[in-house]
Amino acid sequence: MIRIENVSKRYEKSYAVRNLSLTVAKGELCCLIGPSGCGKSTTLKMINRMIAPSSGTITVDGVDVHEVPVATLRRRMGYVIQSIGLFPHMTVLANIQVVPRLLRWEESRSRKRALELLELLGLSPDTYGGKYPAELSGGQAQRVGVARALAADPQILLMDEPFGALDPISREHLQNQFLAIQQELHKTIVFVTHDIDEAVRLGTKVALLRDGRLVQYGSPEQLLAAPADAFVKKFVGLDRALKRLSRLLAADFLHPANSVARQAPPELLEAEFRRLEGSDCARYLWVTDEENRLVGWVDGNNTTEKRLNMLEDLVEIDPADISVRPGYSLKQALAMFVQQSVACLPVVDDERRLQGEIRLADVLKS
Amino acid sequence: MTRRRRSLLPRTILLSAAAVYIVLASWGGIWERLLSPIMPDVQEYLYPRVGLWTLTWQHCVLVSVSSTLSILVGMGTGILATRSFGRDFLPAVNSLVSVGQTFPPVAVLALAVPSVGFGAEPAIIALFLYGLLPVVRNTVGGLEAVTPAVREAAMGMGMTELQALWRVELPLSAKVIMAGIRTSVVINIGTATIGATIGAGGLGAPIITGLASDNTAFILQGSILAALFAIIADAALDIIENQLGPASTQAGEKEDGQPQ
Ligand SMILES: Nc1ncnc2c1ncn2[C@@H]1O[C@H](COP(=O)(O)OP(=O)(O)O)[C@@H](O)[C@H]1O
Ligand SMILES: [Mg+2]
Repeated sequence: MIRIENVSKRYEKSYAVRNLSLTVAKGELCCLIGPSGCGKSTTLKMINRMIAPSSGTITVDGVDVHEVPVATLRRRMGYVIQSIGLFPHMTVLANIQVVPRLLRWEESRSRKRALELLELLGLSPDTYGGKYPAELSGGQAQRVGVARALAADPQILLMDEPFGALDPISREHLQNQFLAIQQELHKTIVFVTHDIDEAVRLGTKVALLRDGRLVQYGSPEQLLAAPADAFVKKFVGLDRALKRLSRLLAADFLHPANSVARQAPPELLEAEFRRLEGSDCARYLWVTDEENRLVGWVDGNNTTEKRLNMLEDLVEIDPADISVRPGYSLKQALAMFVQQSVACLPVVDDERRLQGEIRLADVLKS
Repeated sequence: MTRRRRSLLPRTILLSAAAVYIVLASWGGIWERLLSPIMPDVQEYLYPRVGLWTLTWQHCVLVSVSSTLSILVGMGTGILATRSFGRDFLPAVNSLVSVGQTFPPVAVLALAVPSVGFGAEPAIIALFLYGLLPVVRNTVGGLEAVTPAVREAAMGMGMTELQALWRVELPLSAKVIMAGIRTSVVINIGTATIGATIGAGGLGAPIITGLASDNTAFILQGSILAALFAIIADAALDIIENQLGPASTQAGEKEDGQPQ
C-alpha cells in the first residue's frame, strides 16, 4: 500500500505538487491524470525518490520511503518511463536482467525469469532476446521496458506515460495485454497518463490533478458518473457514456454463436434458419470450416424462398475486418458495429476460431 | 561482416608500418643506401651517438608515461565534472580545456623548463598537460551525450552512482573517450620530438642534432621514425576503438523497427 500524506514539492517560483494526499491500496491500479505540467510525474518520482518532496511523507506498507536506502527502495519498485530508456549497449535479455543482477540473483534464475517475461509480453524469446534496442519497433521496445520493470517481481510498479509514444493501434493493443497481465499479477501500480481514455480503461482508481492539487479521486465510474466540478466535467469530456464502454470487455457479453459448418447440407441450413426465426440475430448464420475457423456468413433474407445453396449464398469475410477479439472493449466493438452497419458481430480468437457473437443491443443497453 | 571489413585497413596499416619501422631501426646501413644517391654530400648517414632502438625506447617512455598520466587524470576530471556533485566545475573545466587547446606545445615545454629543469621530467610534464585536453574533452562529451532517459532509467532501476557510471555511462561513451585517447597519444608522439631540445632524448634527438649540424639525413631519420611511430599507435588505437561496439548500438531507440 502506498500512502502519500500532505506532500508538497516546491520549486523556486512555484509548487509542482501541493498538499497532496492519496492512498493506493494493494493490488490497485491508480491512474494519475491531468493536463500537462499538473505534477503527475513529480508525484510519481517522489515515490521512488527520484525527486525529494519539500514536505509531507510517503510511506509504502507503513514504512517511510526515506528510511529505506534509496537503491534498495528502487530495486523493489518497477519503473517505466515514457522515453523507455532501454540501455542501447545491452541486448533485450540483458536489459531485462538489470535489476535481478543488481540484486545478485543467480544468472540462471535471472535469465529464466527474463525469458518468461518476454513470453508473457508476447515477444518470442528466440527472436528478440538477442536483439539490441535499436532493432526494435516502438511497441516492442515499450514491452521490453515493461518486462524490465517486472523482472525482479516487485510488488509496486511506477509507470510514467508508458504507452504515450505509441500510435493508437499499438497503444490499444498493449493496453489490452497489460490489463490481462495485471489481472494475473495484481501489482500495486501508479500509472501516469494524460489520456483520459487510457485512465478510464486501465485504472481501478483515477486521481485527477490540476496545478499540483488533487481535484477528484475515485473509481473511473465515479469520475464519469459524478464529476466533482466543471473542470473535471470538461476534462472527462462529453462522451462520458462512450468512455464507460471502454471499460467493458467483449468477452463478458458473449452469446453462443449461431453457426453451421461449411459442408452442411441445404436442409440443415433451412432448419437452422427456421429455428432462429424471431430471435435477435435471426438473419445471419456464421459459417465455419472443419476447424471451427470463421470463413463467412449466409444471409437468411437472401435465401428464404429459394433453396439454400451454400456455395452460392456464402458471403466470405475476412475476420480481420469484421470480427472482434474477446479482449476488445465494447467501445471498439461499437465502432465496428457502426462501420459495418450490422447488429451482430462474431467473436474469434487469435486463430480465427469462432468463440461466440456479441450483439449491438447489449452494447446499447450497457 | 561490415565490422570485420572495417577493421581490416587499420590492421594492414599497423602491420606494414611496424615492418618498415623494424627494418629502418635495426639495419643501420639501409640509411646510407637509400640516402646517398639523393644526398651525396652528407658525411655521416646514421645518427652516431645512440642506437635507433635506444631512441625508440626513450621515446616510448616519454609517451607512455605522459599519456598514461593524461588518460588517468583526464578521464578522472571528465568523470568528476559530469557527476551531480561536480557539475559546478563543468563550465570551469570546459573553458580550461578550450583555453588549453589554443596553447602551443612548445610554449608548454618552454614554461616547464624553468620550473623543473632539463631532462625527461619537464618533457613528461609538458606532454602530460598537453595530452590532457583531448581526453578531458572527449570524456565530458561522451558522458554528456548519454541520453538523460537512459541515465534516469539506470538510477530508477536502483543503480548506485558508481554502478550507473560503470555499467551504463562508460560503456556508452567508451568509443568517444577512446577517440580522445587516440588523439592525445598521437599528438604526444609528435610533440615528444621537441623534448630533445631540453635533453629528454627520444626520436627528436637526431632531428635536433641534424638541424644544428646541418645534416639532413639525421633530420630525416628522426622524423620518419617518429612519423611511423605515430602511424603505428594511431592504427592500434583505431582497432581498439572499433572493437568497443558498433556505433549502431548507440544510436538510441528508433521509433519504427522493421517488421519481423
Ligand atoms: N526541476 C524543475 N524545476 C522547476 N520546475 C519544475 C522542475 N520540474 C518540474 N517543474 C515544474 O513542475 C510542474 C509539474 O511538472 P511535472 O510533474 O513534470 O508535470 P506533468 O504532470 O506533466 O508530469 C511543471 O509546471 C513543471 O514546469
Ligand atoms: Mg510528465
